[in-house]
Amino acid sequence: MNESQSPPSSDVILRVEGLHKSYGDNHVLRGVSMQLCRGETKVIIGPSGTGKSTLLRCVNQLSVPDSGHVWLGDKEITSRYENINHLRAEIGFVFQSFNLFTHLTALANVRLGPMKVKGMKKSAATQLAMEELEQVGLGDKADAYPAELSGGQQQRVSIARALAMSPQLILFDEPTSALDPELIGEVLEVMVNLAKDGMTMLVVSHEMGFARSVSDEIIFMEGGNILEQGPPEDFFTSPREARTREFLSKITELYGE
Amino acid sequence: MRSSCSALKGVGMATIWQSLELMIVKGLPNTILLTLGLIAGGLALGTLIAFTQVYGYRPLRWLCKGYEQLFRGIPVLVLILIFHSGLARSFNIQLPAFVSALIALALRSGAYQSQIFRGAIQSVPQGQMMAARALGMSKTKGILRVILPQAFRLSIPPWTNEFSSVLKDTSIASAISVLELTKQATLSYTRLAVIPGFGAQWTLLILLLVALIYLILTYAGNAALGFLENRLRIPGFETKGRIER
Amino acid sequence: MNFFEFAWSILPQLLEATKLTLWITGGSIALGFVTGIFLALGRVYGPRPIQWLTSAYIAFFRGTPLLVQITIVYFGLPPLLNPLGIHIPRIAAAVVGFGLNSAAYQAEYFRGAVQSIQSGQMLAARSMGLSRIKSIVFVILPQALRLVIPSWSNELIYTIKYSSLAYFLSLQELMFVGKKLSLRTARTFETYIVVALIYLVIVLVVSWFLHRLERRVRVPGLGAPGEHR
Repeated sequence: MNESQSPPSSDVILRVEGLHKSYGDNHVLRGVSMQLCRGETKVIIGPSGTGKSTLLRCVNQLSVPDSGHVWLGDKEITSRYENINHLRAEIGFVFQSFNLFTHLTALANVRLGPMKVKGMKKSAATQLAMEELEQVGLGDKADAYPAELSGGQQQRVSIARALAMSPQLILFDEPTSALDPELIGEVLEVMVNLAKDGMTMLVVSHEMGFARSVSDEIIFMEGGNILEQGPPEDFFTSPREARTREFLSKITELYGE
Repeated sequence: MRSSCSALKGVGMATIWQSLELMIVKGLPNTILLTLGLIAGGLALGTLIAFTQVYGYRPLRWLCKGYEQLFRGIPVLVLILIFHSGLARSFNIQLPAFVSALIALALRSGAYQSQIFRGAIQSVPQGQMMAARALGMSKTKGILRVILPQAFRLSIPPWTNEFSSVLKDTSIASAISVLELTKQATLSYTRLAVIPGFGAQWTLLILLLVALIYLILTYAGNAALGFLENRLRIPGFETKGRIER
Repeated sequence: MNFFEFAWSILPQLLEATKLTLWITGGSIALGFVTGIFLALGRVYGPRPIQWLTSAYIAFFRGTPLLVQITIVYFGLPPLLNPLGIHIPRIAAAVVGFGLNSAAYQAEYFRGAVQSIQSGQMLAARSMGLSRIKSIVFVILPQALRLVIPSWSNELIYTIKYSSLAYFLSLQELMFVGKKLSLRTARTFETYIVVALIYLVIVLVVSWFLHRLERRVRVPGLGAPGEHR
């Protein structure tokens, strides 16, 4: 766990305690704990294969952890007595490969959740969907099919899709890693606006610029553990661990920060 | 009914055993012979037509397409009856039943096999031929040494389907009394059904037995061809997924 | 009489018989469709025992000839069911026989379609809170049904042609009536040619319709892994 202030427990949206996950012999998560408060944006960085994505997937149980607990507010996600579908409706998930429903238009993609999970009427759901699409700047693409959209547009639609569910928090799994460089900007812009509007976000990303400007805390993971975490200014200027420094220097080489 | 049933049970089992024997000894060889014969015929036809369609002149290609459409749009049974009764009664050409079935089925298999080979040849990426020509190979050499070996491997999975299909279609030859497996089975139970007390429930058993034999044949055929496919496998060379009918 | 006049003369009877052929075809493909979808979903999403059962069913119906199967349903089962007081109408028995066979193939085509859908689709649906069943109904099925059209068209064509096996069941469909007529006149060959042409025409018309259907429900980006037979 980390130092900073202990927020009132009603403000803690997400709490992760002692998560372990192995795939066969590969012990990917080795006892990870962290928490996320309302309105906070935290960015997880680290070398590939260190369990960053696995951590996200364990939060909404797309991967089931071997041990450990996850709480959404005061409901324990990892408990077998909770209805996982209800909990997932409260958590948004944005995939690296977008995963928009191929057979539906952008509009239909965004309104499917509200209609079929929350039981909204079609007219209300359509209106909501249009609003979300406008918010991500794609109001005019409502009737386009995913195949007709660029990668950046698809990802923005998938963010709109997540937003339409009015989630308590949104998980981003390397949202820009599959995009061509010139399309990354439009997605990051949407994410920055979301953060500024007070959305609670947990993001796995390599985009240091985004991490630096918008996050409340950077989490560095390696080897299945959280090695270091802290506010961006401290983190980037004076990292404590040697491994962190190593990683950061490699990244700045690559991304020219 | 009950008492005579148990008394005749001994008789029942004996006759079942006889039927089974007949099916295996008389029926099975005919089925296998017919299958192998027709698939060989179809193979010859199929390769010829596939080649013509891919590399031949326009008018010839039209002919081939017509042949394919024709023999894929007509039911097997109609074809068999045409060659057997049709030729016999209208033109006085009485072909033996086995031969009629063989010709009809081979013509049909040729149409399907030509499509398999044509598809396989066309699935070999264009780049392969381009590379071959760029090296200085003539068109013919390119076809023989680069395209065909690949096309051959690509055609094994769908060809396995065709084999399976054809094996099952030989059962239709029973319509003209070719003594293959299915005909033997139906003969057996119709013969036995007239024996008083021979409950008609044995019919089901005989039919299930013949089904079992077909299952074994299909399984053996697929296993053998799968083995062949494995022996010829080239790492990294994807063969198309198989769906059959 | 030349060929065309002859053909014209026997056409009415043949077309009357064709009606039964179409009924049998329609019935069996429908039965096969419904059963096939359940079999496929059971095979992909079901618990182990269901998966095993559906695999066994499919293996049996694909590994044995259609003729044997319909003979079993038509000739093999009724003798067992009749003493129990269960009488199945003849046409129903034929449709069941053909339908059960078709189900096995349709299940495999459908399974192929479902499995060709990227796993991310299911993940995205579930991560929204859609239950397993709802995900299958609203996300997987709409895509799978489109993807399966080429194979399904194949199956329909196949069913039309193989409905001719109802001949063995002495039902008054096209093939059986065709044979009857062929024996009555000496012009056997020509009779069969007419029969063949009728089948051919049906097949071509149906193919054309299915092609148009595929174009109508097409969605950009939903590629069909078309296979041909």
